Amino acid sequence: MRERWPVLVFAALMAAIPFVPDVPPFWIVLLDNIGLSALVAMGLVLLTGVGGLTSFGQAAFVGFGAYTTAVLTTAYGVSPWLALPASLAVSGIAAILLGLVTVRLSGHYLPLGTIAWGLGLFYLFSKLEFLGRNDGISAIPPLSIGALKMLDPGTIYYAIWIAVFVSALLTLNLLDSRTGRAIRALRRGHIAAEAFGVQTPRAKLLVFIHAAVLAGLSGWLYAHFQRAVNPTPFGAQAGIEYLFIAVVGGAGYVWGGVLGAAIVVVLKEVLQSYLPLLLHGEGQLEIIVFGILLVALLQLAPTGVWALVMSWLPVKAARKRPDVSLKLSPRERAPHEGGVLLQLEKARKQFGGVVAVNDVSFAVRPREIVALIGPNGAGKSTTFNLITGVLTATSGSISVLGKRLRNPPPQEVVKLGVARTFQHVKLVPDMSVLENVAIGAHLRGHAGPLASMFRLDRTDEAKLFAEAARQIERVGLAEQIDQPAGSLSLGQQRIVEIARALCADPLLLLLDEPAAGLRHMEKQRLAALLRQLRDGGMSVLLVEHDMGFVMDLADRVVVLDFGTKIAEGTPDAIKTNPEVIRAYLGAAA
Amino acid sequence: MLFLVQDGITNGAIYALLGLALVLVFAVTRVILIPQGEFVTYGALTYASLSAGQMPGTAKLALVMGIAAFAFDLFAARRLLRWQKLARAFAVNVVLPGAVLALTSWLAGRHSPVLVNVGASLVIVALIGVFLYRLAFQPLAHTSVLVLLIASVGCHLAMQGLGLLFFGAEGQRGPALADAAATLGPLRFTGQSIAVYGLTVAFIVALWLFFGLTVYGKALRATAVNRLGARLVGIRTSLSGQIAFLLASVIGALSGILIVPITTLYYDTGFLIGLKGFIAAIIGGLVSYPLTAMAALLVGVVEAFSSFYASNFKEVIVFTLLIPVLLLRSLAAPAVEEEGD
Repeated sequence: MRERWPVLVFAALMAAIPFVPDVPPFWIVLLDNIGLSALVAMGLVLLTGVGGLTSFGQAAFVGFGAYTTAVLTTAYGVSPWLALPASLAVSGIAAILLGLVTVRLSGHYLPLGTIAWGLGLFYLFSKLEFLGRNDGISAIPPLSIGALKMLDPGTIYYAIWIAVFVSALLTLNLLDSRTGRAIRALRRGHIAAEAFGVQTPRAKLLVFIHAAVLAGLSGWLYAHFQRAVNPTPFGAQAGIEYLFIAVVGGAGYVWGGVLGAAIVVVLKEVLQSYLPLLLHGEGQLEIIVFGILLVALLQLAPTGVWALVMSWLPVKAARKRPDVSLKLSPRERAPHEGGVLLQLEKARKQFGGVVAVNDVSFAVRPREIVALIGPNGAGKSTTFNLITGVLTATSGSISVLGKRLRNPPPQEVVKLGVARTFQHVKLVPDMSVLENVAIGAHLRGHAGPLASMFRLDRTDEAKLFAEAARQIERVGLAEQIDQPAGSLSLGQQRIVEIARALCADPLLLLLDEPAAGLRHMEKQRLAALLRQLRDGGMSVLLVEHDMGFVMDLADRVVVLDFGTKIAEGTPDAIKTNPEVIRAYLGAAA
Repeated sequence: MLFLVQDGITNGAIYALLGLALVLVFAVTRVILIPQGEFVTYGALTYASLSAGQMPGTAKLALVMGIAAFAFDLFAARRLLRWQKLARAFAVNVVLPGAVLALTSWLAGRHSPVLVNVGASLVIVALIGVFLYRLAFQPLAHTSVLVLLIASVGCHLAMQGLGLLFFGAEGQRGPALADAAATLGPLRFTGQSIAVYGLTVAFIVALWLFFGLTVYGKALRATAVNRLGARLVGIRTSLSGQIAFLLASVIGALSGILIVPITTLYYDTGFLIGLKGFIAAIIGGLVSYPLTAMAALLVGVVEAFSSFYASNFKEVIVFTLLIPVLLLRSLAAPAVEEEGD
């Protein structure tokens, strides 16, 4: 559990503000506006800062929320409270439709795509007859509880800030869960996450919907706060401003969204009301100063003001050690009787004219360590990618447990009991070792996003973390368990990847150069671990360049050269094989 | 019909120049250069002001930014003060813009030849471009594309506001570079449009030679491919960034100077023009120069036709060009693993 008291103190402070005598009403309005922006920015934090999907179009979702309630309450006389679920649903459904198209866009195309539909929807809002065209809709009823009508900024203040706090807590809960870890892994590329069963397109769509629903909530509040809507606040300009808020506050932090909203809203207000007085209203001075201050803020705090403030605080929240006694039930296994675990039959991969893997056949049996060796560029990693479904084979067949794989996605391969590590380490550097390893157990947890938001996933989570902690201990990194994965040495990060793969409860472990970057003693420990795994019933297929390590450890060695298998046999046979010596040392040897 | 194509190609040539500059800056610094539009406006309106015998405010801005850049250099070098280096920084950041300011105020009173005004405008905007990189982006060079993009929007806002301050809300036009005109069949080529074609082609060839043959060009390409690797072999990536911004600002200013005799420019027109260069750059995938140039011509022609047939929707139609291209590109491109940010 995270420390909750700072949030409670903050909430109490915010609740007390309207009771302070002589608070200018104008301040309350400002705080209302901050809360409304914070809701949208919070969604952007999840979408952009955590998930890595930059959106300029969030203002359009605010518009969906605002217009939905405006139409329902004015034209159909629906109560605002009944219109709330409708507002959220319309924003969410719009996000699904737009998300299905947009989330597929990669790299720079995604932000541009969001600008495109942001502009398009703004245009739509201002042209549709039943939305009042450019004039919008006015005379929207206020929120009311019994006889209390939330007419003035001081009462709706509570509705807005309760929404902010509830949303922040739900969002934080979501991030600190099985689904949240999958989302946090998105920004660092999808291959590693997919290798452990994360459905990355679904995870992306989920954050997209979450952000849109938060924006819709903000729009619903906005409509009942202003009691009128028109297209202007939902245009591209506003969309860019929300992104400002998220980035200035700290795009990786939920509370950064709130802080960013406070900074940007107050800054704009101060500049607009005081600067013209100071400088006798020359031109667009406030926009000049705003632009310069924005750049200055980014230079002072490139990861956001929230991160800067947190780094000043001396206290670091300590995470509770997971209770290792909890047991995660083993993965369901397809029944298999001895036989062959992995069988490659004339597997072939061509990139254009280049044959990276040339009709390679070999097998891995249960309780066996097989090494795949060969000079650089021999096609070893490509073979791994073929087995795990990252690449599709041009021809030939690959079967696991006698079941032929027909170009399955990586998520299906891991379900069969094949887990892997990567030649270029793919961890999420700012997540702790424990959380990184827990991604490996993704498929062994069951809690969905809604359960996570409402903390109904705790027993599931505790078991996942217990399993992760056990595997970390097994590979000998118990002392580093709470450190950010990025702070470990490269060799240790490779070991973290092994722990993550073990979390998937695999039958076959594929290790891509696990010993690279390890010291002698560490290599010996790794070899001991792998033998222990084999004796426990697991098989290991590894790519490795350290011949001493391979020849000591492997039961069998397969040698590739230029994509073709040139030898296979026991380490002793391979050491004296003339073909292998020629491949490694040249023809003269 | 043909004159629409001709018109489109003239505009397209300008967009091509801007698109090339955007690609260049993005490749080297990862900055999506939104203030490119301001370089266009500053170049055009500085030239127009000088031609009208007025003193452009941009010259003062260059000096102020230069002094700030010098302060940044001083701060960065506070541990290791070396006189030689400082003197160089002082010369580049303070003496040079000071001299340019003096020259400009001397020029402003009299009616100098067109080419002198063009040269002065280019130098002023070039200085602003280099200092902009030094002040806004060099300290952020290590951050993510998103942070750089937001900083870029901030610079755009500030520079647009300054543009209003310097040049006022009224539009301006400048004198043509060449008055000659020639008729070929149904088409009439003005000296200005020939200058546009000529300079565009000259610039593209010059860029090609620069990147292919010079050490600095190769250093820029190396920085674009791999920042860390470039630094390891001794390339100063901050210098690469400054050169990229220098080129972009000169290209922007030149485009402005080429357009201002044809259309009236306001302090905020540059943004829209820059945006179309941007669309071309996007169609080119922010990496390919020839594709960008082709796309720019397409954008120009589509714009010319749509402004003739459906002028209300001119911008919308041009912008819609993007959507199929975006979809096609991201569906066709394999899922590339993005390392880091």
